[in-house]
Amino acid sequence: MVFLENFRIALGALRANLMRSILTTLGIIIGVAAVIGVVSIVQGLQYTITQQLQGVGATFIAVSAKNDRSNIPGLAARQVKLTPEDAQAIEERVPGVKMMSPFILGRAAIKYKDRKHNPFMIIGATENYQDVTNQTVDRGRFFSQVDLDNHRKVTVIGPKIADELNLGPDPLGKEIYIDVYPATVIGIMEKKGQNLGMDFDDIVYVPFSSAVNLFGRNAADQVQVRLQAASAEGVPQVKDGITRLLRQRHKIPTSEPDDFEIQTQDEILKTVNSVLGSVTAVVGGVVGIALLVGGIGIMNIMLVSVTERTREIGVRKAVGARRQDVLLQFLIEAVTLSLIGGGIGLALGFGLGAMVSKLIPGFPPAHVPLWAVGLAIGFSAGVGIFFGIYPAAKASRLDPIEALRYE
Amino acid sequence: MALIDLREIYKVYDMGAEKVHALNGVDLEVQRGEYVAIMGSSGSGKSTLMNLLGCLDTPSSGSYILNGTAVQELDDSELAAIRNKEIGFVFQTFNLLARTDALHNVELPLIYAGLSRAERRERARKALERVGLGSRMTHQPNELSGGQRQRVAIARALVNDPSILLADEPTGNLDSATSEEIMHLFDELHQAGNTVVLVTHEPDIAEHAWRKVTLRDGKVTSDQITARAEAAAAAAVPAS
Repeated sequence: MVFLENFRIALGALRANLMRSILTTLGIIIGVAAVIGVVSIVQGLQYTITQQLQGVGATFIAVSAKNDRSNIPGLAARQVKLTPEDAQAIEERVPGVKMMSPFILGRAAIKYKDRKHNPFMIIGATENYQDVTNQTVDRGRFFSQVDLDNHRKVTVIGPKIADELNLGPDPLGKEIYIDVYPATVIGIMEKKGQNLGMDFDDIVYVPFSSAVNLFGRNAADQVQVRLQAASAEGVPQVKDGITRLLRQRHKIPTSEPDDFEIQTQDEILKTVNSVLGSVTAVVGGVVGIALLVGGIGIMNIMLVSVTERTREIGVRKAVGARRQDVLLQFLIEAVTLSLIGGGIGLALGFGLGAMVSKLIPGFPPAHVPLWAVGLAIGFSAGVGIFFGIYPAAKASRLDPIEALRYE
Repeated sequence: MALIDLREIYKVYDMGAEKVHALNGVDLEVQRGEYVAIMGSSGSGKSTLMNLLGCLDTPSSGSYILNGTAVQELDDSELAAIRNKEIGFVFQTFNLLARTDALHNVELPLIYAGLSRAERRERARKALERVGLGSRMTHQPNELSGGQRQRVAIARALVNDPSILLADEPTGNLDSATSEEIMHLFDELHQAGNTVVLVTHEPDIAEHAWRKVTLRDGKVTSDQITARAEAAAAAAVPAS
């Protein structure tokens, strides 16, 4: 009951100095807004990436050459290769592989009539690529084994390419130029949107051999391989099989590390999560500082408040307030102050996250998990208690006679 | 037994180089229902005595028994409880809480007495009506005149039915007409059975009391019945 009364007193005191109270809590507001804003964005990203990766399925495996040679001293002299023949060998000799597609990627300008465009990337792949990466063609078809075998000059484009090149309502059958090579549009991919700065709708797909013409023979020695295992349970065995096979084919002595990387959907998820986790941790540190500064602000204003209200404290003590009553009163005031800051910060942070995801096209919607809300509220209450205890203790120790005499 | 029983009270302030003997062996008894004025010039020790009587401070030595409780043995929290229950303070500068209406100001001691909101309201309303401010309950101190503020303060002092009404220069900040009104209110409260202890340096204010205790240099130098008490006593004795 005295608790409720103290809360009422605290609100009254804060209202009496509204501007000052708001300015005081600014540190808390900024701190909490930052944490909620960033968490909401990161969580949104994580959610979308997870969704997308799960879209390619739990059986998805990616193999690529390990290009970071500086970390592998023994490989410095040797060119790290991953060839279409490696890919072929994986498909033929590793049990449990359902399908496989090697691909290479690069950049080149494309042209249709007088329209030019630089797509986000050009992917040279085999006919399996569509199925291995779980993508759908919206109109037309993906290239087939026959297209590849006959070296047909065909291409499948992302939906954005059709717009950029102004291909009109029926892009299928139109002949575009990729660099200097003509190619007939046979399919348009389904719209996928953007993520992490990558525009998946701004991609041109060509048959593997066309890409080799485009990017040169050396490019074919640096393929990436995407494959699907026959079952999710079989993924570790497939991974082991690929490792054994590639080490053997690349003649790597047992003492040396792999010159390739195998990532499963699980591992990619882990990597993404660890990156986003470190972003959150860094922001957490910054927020810690903001909350510290905010807390000092609260301590400062509470000390001012205690001094200003010395007489009030004297009167309260004269009419029977015990030390703990006065302590509680000022502590509750400090906590209320920082909780209000936390609440405003929460709302601002949520707005900030929502605004960022709205303003950046293709950015996933903000998502605030309950634990972040709890954390923000808990932290601001903690800051209020931690930094409020000293001024409150100071108030509670005032001598009533001195306090009543205070001018 | 006396309501207030002070024996051999000494209060010494240690001011670094020298010790100040604010009270130098004060003996004082006040019975329930008395109306006492404590007089003395500045530095006589009357403020110190008032703080001790009000349980805001404890003596350096001596015994103070208030309503059967040995006050000098109490700790801080117990003193607060005694102030809450036994003492009603009225200050020279009113000491009302700003931006807080009369009703809430009067409720203040009851909050610390742990009463329910409804009961606090009820008693605060009655106390304000008692001092003639029934129509000003929702006014804040800055909307009230000096006399009205002091009435609010008196209502606050009365609200928890204390054993003593302890007033420290209650008219010190009021003009003479308003002073007269406030003193009239104290007279009424005394008539109604309250024990009133008044600290003042103004002789005419002290004349409202029935007993006048004068302090000088930390000692009681005189303790006499006032003319008013004599008149009352004479009126009470049937003429022979």
